[in-house]
Amino acid sequence: MAWVDTVVQGLLLGGLYALFATGLSLIFGVMRIVNLAHGDFSILAAFLAVVTVESLGLHPFTALALIVPVMAALGYGLQRLVLNRVLGRGILPPVLVTFGLSIIIQNALLETFSADSRRLNPGGIETASVPLGHDLAVGWFPLITLAVAIAILAGLQLVIDRLPVGRAFRATSDDPETAELMGIDNRRLYALAMALSLAIVAVAGVFLGIRTTFTFASGPDRLLFAFEAVIIGGLGSLWGTLVGGAVLGVAQTVGAKLSPGWGVLTGHLVFLAVLLFRPQGLFARARRVA
Amino acid sequence: MSLLSVRGLSAFYGSFQALFEISLEAREGETVAVIGANGAGKSTCLRAIAGVLPVPPATVWFGGDPVGGRPAHELVARGVVLVPEGRRIFPSLTVEENLLIGAYRGRPGPWSLARVYALFPILAERRRQPGPNLSGGEQQMLAIGRGLMANPRLLLVDEISLGLAPAVVRGIYGVLRSIAAEGTTTLVVDQDVSQIMELAQRIYCLRKGSVSLEGRPAELTRARLAEAYFGV
Repeated sequence: MAWVDTVVQGLLLGGLYALFATGLSLIFGVMRIVNLAHGDFSILAAFLAVVTVESLGLHPFTALALIVPVMAALGYGLQRLVLNRVLGRGILPPVLVTFGLSIIIQNALLETFSADSRRLNPGGIETASVPLGHDLAVGWFPLITLAVAIAILAGLQLVIDRLPVGRAFRATSDDPETAELMGIDNRRLYALAMALSLAIVAVAGVFLGIRTTFTFASGPDRLLFAFEAVIIGGLGSLWGTLVGGAVLGVAQTVGAKLSPGWGVLTGHLVFLAVLLFRPQGLFARARRVA
Repeated sequence: MSLLSVRGLSAFYGSFQALFEISLEAREGETVAVIGANGAGKSTCLRAIAGVLPVPPATVWFGGDPVGGRPAHELVARGVVLVPEGRRIFPSLTVEENLLIGAYRGRPGPWSLARVYALFPILAERRRQPGPNLSGGEQQMLAIGRGLMANPRLLLVDEISLGLAPAVVRGIYGVLRSIAAEGTTTLVVDQDVSQIMELAQRIYCLRKGSVSLEGRPAELTRARLAEAYFGV
């Protein structure tokens, strides 16, 4: 029963990883760039939640109503004012800019919030659980996390498949020059994608802050897990991202069960195994957006 | 009054000069042909008009405004639409989605999905298939249909018959006739002179980046055309 519990906890943890991975996957799908500051943006959102919760006395979930639009606006502005200026000169300049942003965000957070670790308090829900049989219980909070991840993935899939903006994402991803010839303003579209990406990673950051403690320097680890989830699931597949997150989550909890220090390592090993034996990922679809 | 007026347009790829001060006109409702051999500068000319290449503002006039160097997406909103060389169908979109992308700017006008499907019944049959599943001729129809969905005032078609079987080319030209009959101004680039001479009201021949001959088809003899085309 203990092993079943471990696997179930890992699957639920996968929901959180999928939340981190979705925005990363979307940006890579639409723009073919990797946002190295992705994890730091999630931590920025978590700190924004700390400020909102402490100053306005809001519940962290309620604070999301404020933080998600703020992060979306930040993403839109960032793309329009910074990243769009370095596009079209190869893949290196935008990646270097996001690397620089990552350092800037971490140091700004360190200056503002010190190096203390923080946590968001959701008022008891983080410890409440649902019993499933006499030896097995699942926490409400991980369940909510997974449900939110699935809802966001389903919503995003719907946007990409059905809405004009999603069609434009796919067209621009296929062939940016021809998309411009069809009247699509790629730069505006990229800004919308970045807004969407940071809105989703804001949710991920707040859920992370409820689940565990975080510091100014927690971002790069989140980026790494998100990256691994995307690669395991297969680039270009949204639902693959969820599976990738689940595989990574189970690997980590099983590893940690074997020995407390092995969790993260086991995750990396599974990731390496996928790279070795199925480098296209479990659900690869060639050249599709997110 | 010209809808499109190109005045002294030069274009460069790095230090290579592809166009040398060319000028051409298209009046409202006209069908204009640009012909010439490989590398004569036909595609470059079209790409400059459509906003893909950076050129000085006063070298391209559309509807009385200087539009040279404006971004392509802005020109689409004004009604300048290019059907690019090689069709450039979006591979991850279905036939219908490709057509809908053409209507992205939502310009009002006569063309709609239903009208395009009436013009190209084969596209209606294949609406759910991925774009790359179509044959070369069908892809050209899709590319033209996608351009029409933008409700262009000026439709630019690059290398319309390249790589297509003669029977298919005749079909495509038949469609161009119906489009012209709607009053849409079209500027068509082709290397094959035979079909385009019957369709166009005005012809420009490019050679080595310059206009080597212009006129109405009736005024041009085969010999003059051959000289302008090949330089012999």
